Amino acid sequence: MSLILASINYWVTIILMIGGLYIVVAHGNMVKKLVGLSIFQTSVYLLFLSPGKILGGTAPIISEKFEVYSNPLPHVLILTAIVVGVATIALGMALVVRINEAYGTIEDDEVHEMEQD
Amino acid sequence: MVAAVIGVIRSRNLFVVVMLGGIYSFLMATVMVALDAVDVAMTEAAVGAGMSTVLLLAVLGLVKTREAPLRHSPFIPLLVCFLTGAALIYGTLSLPPFGRQDTPTNQHVAPYYIKNSVKETGSPNIVTAVLASYRGYDTLGETTVIFTGGIGVLILLSTSRRRRLKQSSDEDSST
Repeated sequence: MSLILASINYWVTIILMIGGLYIVVAHGNMVKKLVGLSIFQTSVYLLFLSPGKILGGTAPIISEKFEVYSNPLPHVLILTAIVVGVATIALGMALVVRINEAYGTIEDDEVHEMEQD
Repeated sequence: MVAAVIGVIRSRNLFVVVMLGGIYSFLMATVMVALDAVDVAMTEAAVGAGMSTVLLLAVLGLVKTREAPLRHSPFIPLLVCFLTGAALIYGTLSLPPFGRQDTPTNQHVAPYYIKNSVKETGSPNIVTAVLASYRGYDTLGETTVIFTGGIGVLILLSTSRRRRLKQSSDEDSST
């Protein structure tokens, strides 16, 4: 029981990560792949943030009323990661739009078939 | 959150997929508030749930909104995902437990920032202090990445528009 409570955050992260990975690997639709990619990315945010939480601590804004603060360093790293993540997703969507113009479809298999013809 | 992810996997309607992705991002933002990461939660709610959902909807206006059924059997991807998950769960057994102060991650750099950031930068919000002052170059690099991404999007979309203009002018000259 204590083992479950001690690492529940990692297990939730892994379940979300596997869900995202499955979408990216198994589905051929490119918009869906992008959503899966962002789910995977968000699970990595959780992986970074959850070890920085201290039970009984508070958000890292200095005040005289509080003594214990959660670790601020992962927050900074993940702020950067979120914004960079949106930049990559936007680039991916621009590619999807271009592929749709060139092939008329956004399904992996259909694009592959047209390439072989 | 897990329910939202399962919905994303199962739904074939891409509008449903995108909206469930937005709901998932909002749920993640609330979890981040619970983990004391208020700045990150704000960014995730604005950027992850707001901006990327709007961008994805804009893309859906240009493409087909239904997904074709799967052609391959999902057995091999499921196996790969299951193996990866099992390996990762095995890896978590040696990670530090949740919510403790005496773990290595919470012992090294963070106490320095918590103790000295007000003295050295004057900002009570440690995240802001680290982002703008201690790791200012990091943030500069981040804005460079966004700039590059924006230029990439512009180039990709402008070449297609130029080609379309050229095609229509060709048709005009031929008729």
